[in-house]
Amino acid sequence: MVQMEWYLVLSTFMMFAGIYGFFTRRNLLTMLISIELILNSVDINFAVFNRFLFPEQLEGVFFTIFAIGVSAAETAVAIAIIINIYRNMKNIQVRNLDKIKEE
Amino acid sequence: MDIQTIIFIILAAIIGVCSILAITTKRILRSATFLLFVLFATAGIYFQLNYSFLGAVQLLIYAGGITILYVFSILLTSSDGDKAEPLKNKKMIIGLLSTLAGLAVCIYVIVKHKFTESVFQSGELEIRTIGYSLMGTEKYQYLLPFEVISILLLACIVGGIMIARKR
Repeated sequence: MVQMEWYLVLSTFMMFAGIYGFFTRRNLLTMLISIELILNSVDINFAVFNRFLFPEQLEGVFFTIFAIGVSAAETAVAIAIIINIYRNMKNIQVRNLDKIKEE
Repeated sequence: MDIQTIIFIILAAIIGVCSILAITTKRILRSATFLLFVLFATAGIYFQLNYSFLGAVQLLIYAGGITILYVFSILLTSSDGDKAEPLKNKKMIIGLLSTLAGLAVCIYVIVKHKFTESVFQSGELEIRTIGYSLMGTEKYQYLLPFEVISILLLACIVGGIMIARKR
């Protein structure tokens, strides 16, 4: 049987992979992919806590479902913003973003 | 070593390797593909925890919906040979060090912490139970968050159209 800690270590690893990507990538879409990794690892934690610590209750499952819905909404709005930025500036690198203020 | 452990090791290897590759590969489209593999393996973990509904939701919304959204927006916004520009060494080392420090602290806390006794109770979660608790208003029932998230999704659809339309 797999111990609970192994799931938690796995999701921690995934979360810090996402954080490293958020620190080092310079492209808006890859930063969004990193955020997606972070959200996904947190979802694993909810499900694992629910299954191992409180198996009679369902809070973790519902929180995971709602978190998936929120991340879908967040992705849709963020991609709309990114497409709008691309339309104005013809690329989506982060270092060009301060030009938006001047327009 | 039983079959559960072997499956967990396979899923963990997929998640570890693909999440590292997703954030280090140079091309954005490959990065989205590796993200898709990570999401598939996460759905596998939900199936292993006997939450099949959660795994199905993960496959439908994340792997089916969000990744397609990513691929379309990558194709819309990035030209063909678009590669990530090389990062300055100093910044990469600082990011790597801070990430490793945070990872070490978190894993130390997780391994050292004494959880209340954790038992894996296998047994499928019935869809009927999920449906009743999603559609009720009593204690431990979730009609209000369900409605709130539907309004949030509506607002996001309207906002996305507003932001992305041509002026």
